[in-house]
Amino acid sequence: MSDKSEDIIVCENVSKWFGEFRALNDVSIRVKKGEVVVVCGPSGSGKSTFIRTINRLEEHQQGRIVVDGIEMSNDIRNIDAIRREVGMVFQQFNLFPHLTVLQNVTLAPVWVRKKTRKESEQRALELLERVGIVEQALKFPGQLSGGQQQRVAIARVLAMEPRIILFDEPTSALDPEMVKEVLDVMKTLASEGITMICVTHEMGFAREVADRVVFMDRGQIVEEGTPEHFFTNPHHERTKLFLSQIL
Amino acid sequence: MATEVSQSQARAPQPGIDVPGWLRKNLFSTWYNSLISIVLLVIVFQVVTGFFQWAFTTEGWIAAASNGRLILVGRYPAAELWRPQLALALVAVLLGLSGGVWRGIAQALTIGFAGMMLVLTALWTQLPPANPPAPLTTELVLVGIAALVGGAYAAGRAGGERLRWPIIAGWFLAYPMIILILQGFGGATVPTNLWGGLMLTMLLSVSGIVLSFPLGVLLALGRRSSLPVVKFFCVVYIELIRGVPLITVLFMAQLMLPLFLPSEVRIDAVVRAVVAVTLFSAAYLAENVRGGLQSIPKGQVEAARALGLNVVKTTLLITLPQALKAVIPVLVGQFISLFKDTSLVAIIGLLDLLGVARAINTQPEWLGFPGGVWRETFFVVAVIYWIFSFTMSRSSRQIEANLNRGAR
Ligand SMILES: Nc1ncnc2c1ncn2[C@@H]1O[C@H](COP(=O)(O)OP(=O)(O)O)[C@@H](O)[C@H]1O
Ligand SMILES: [Mg+2]
Repeated sequence: MSDKSEDIIVCENVSKWFGEFRALNDVSIRVKKGEVVVVCGPSGSGKSTFIRTINRLEEHQQGRIVVDGIEMSNDIRNIDAIRREVGMVFQQFNLFPHLTVLQNVTLAPVWVRKKTRKESEQRALELLERVGIVEQALKFPGQLSGGQQQRVAIARVLAMEPRIILFDEPTSALDPEMVKEVLDVMKTLASEGITMICVTHEMGFAREVADRVVFMDRGQIVEEGTPEHFFTNPHHERTKLFLSQIL
Repeated sequence: MATEVSQSQARAPQPGIDVPGWLRKNLFSTWYNSLISIVLLVIVFQVVTGFFQWAFTTEGWIAAASNGRLILVGRYPAAELWRPQLALALVAVLLGLSGGVWRGIAQALTIGFAGMMLVLTALWTQLPPANPPAPLTTELVLVGIAALVGGAYAAGRAGGERLRWPIIAGWFLAYPMIILILQGFGGATVPTNLWGGLMLTMLLSVSGIVLSFPLGVLLALGRRSSLPVVKFFCVVYIELIRGVPLITVLFMAQLMLPLFLPSEVRIDAVVRAVVAVTLFSAAYLAENVRGGLQSIPKGQVEAARALGLNVVKTTLLITLPQALKAVIPVLVGQFISLFKDTSLVAIIGLLDLLGVARAINTQPEWLGFPGGVWRETFFVVAVIYWIFSFTMSRSSRQIEANLNRGAR
């Protein structure tokens, strides 16, 4: 029981269909508080779909998801409660182009957490400082580089003080020279004890930071384990094939 | 050596003014180009000389000239002319303030519209005095507007940012205030059947856009709603209205609106016209706004929802602002066509700018003129329509340029 309460995310036999197509097939996983889980797998294997069910950007049709003790249901209050705990960083950043960097970061604290504008701005500047772009605070997203935009997106998520952050290929849309600046920020976060689920093909990052690596294929979790086990001694043929292609 | 040559040519050769060269290159480069040029020049020559011959020999201008007041405000009583003038003063102050505070776009708009007001008022400075004479002379109004715009502009610049919200509030209050000023407190002083001319045209089009804007946005959102009933209603409404010409909606409002209301309620013709124009315009506005909403990437909504914003906040803070910004040029275009389309109310008997032109033509004074004064009055009215539409489309270009320079 005590062991169970440490699990901040519990997925049991989660299945999801897009029409006839089964995108998730009995996915079960437990993530502990503070754990960093890297999810990898071939394109179209259901990685995005899986992490998007955790904050209900996708609705699952079967199985059970519990986040920080809140059971996911169709009740909008439950969903809102879960979304307040879970932040998400997207491949395409998805910053709000009509708002300044500072406004992007303060929007949710002001309108969802009901904090005062002043308090939110102060906190936002601290966060922007932390991700190293405080001097861009008054610019619009379109005026920043991809790496800078992604760091703003991370600051925007941090401003909501989530207990969990989901990353969906955060560095895939970046030019190679900008990948490091984003990964560095993510490494800092990992070391600070935020629970992270991170879809990425940055195997260096997985080796260094992940507590666990999960390999997905065709909507299923095929294999999971510590990075050491995963990279040196994969059991499954499909995992071996995938690793041989990517490394 | 080669570098020397290229250096000496580093600056592009400055083209001198070479008229024959330019003509040859642009008008007479080939035999068919020459032919087209000559034909067009002959046509232009014919039209221009014909126009000038008519314009400088006809006596008919006197009809428009001596009806300045009718053209500007219709049959509005001379003793009450201070009302439209007060309304104009209010707009002048707000324009000046906005121009001073926002610079950029608002400044261009201020200059455009203030200039337009001045030109129009100036048109009647040289004309025979109104009969009975207006309480304020045209010269005084002219100077007064210029002074108000200028003064308010200076005040806006001095006041800066903190005047923003008061000015926006001012614009919102200005509309009901102007209506109130024009009809007099209690509503009976100057009944709307006396309103007319440019004033009525402006009121109809501004009312149309101001009232149809919220309605159009709601229809656009409704059309994308997940509730089938709402969606169905919006689709039916939009497609019905877009499928019929404005004039039919105007006739419906005139003839059928009374059927739906108790017989003792009599809505005046101007209000009915406003209702018709609003209902009509809203359907088009809805489609334009929907286009804007569709252009917003899905990721925007996902990011907002993931941050915990609910559907309403996501719409109000994220999708709608971006959608509206994207369609501003289209909306200005729609406003321009609405402005011109209001001329259809002349057919249902209102004395708007076009209705006034028709009224002038039937005045007995001009019966002696060979062929009447149709050409001259309609020409004057067309010029007024053009001045306004052109100013608006110029301002819209300015807005577009400003937006492009901004965020993205
Ligand atoms: N909205 C959708 N409608 C239909 N099919 C979808 C949708 N989203 C994803 N899919 C399908 O589900 C599968 C998994 O997609 P996704 O989770 O995006 O894969 P990954 O992130 O691993 O590349 C793919 O085959 C994709 O085509
Ligand atoms: Mg994906």
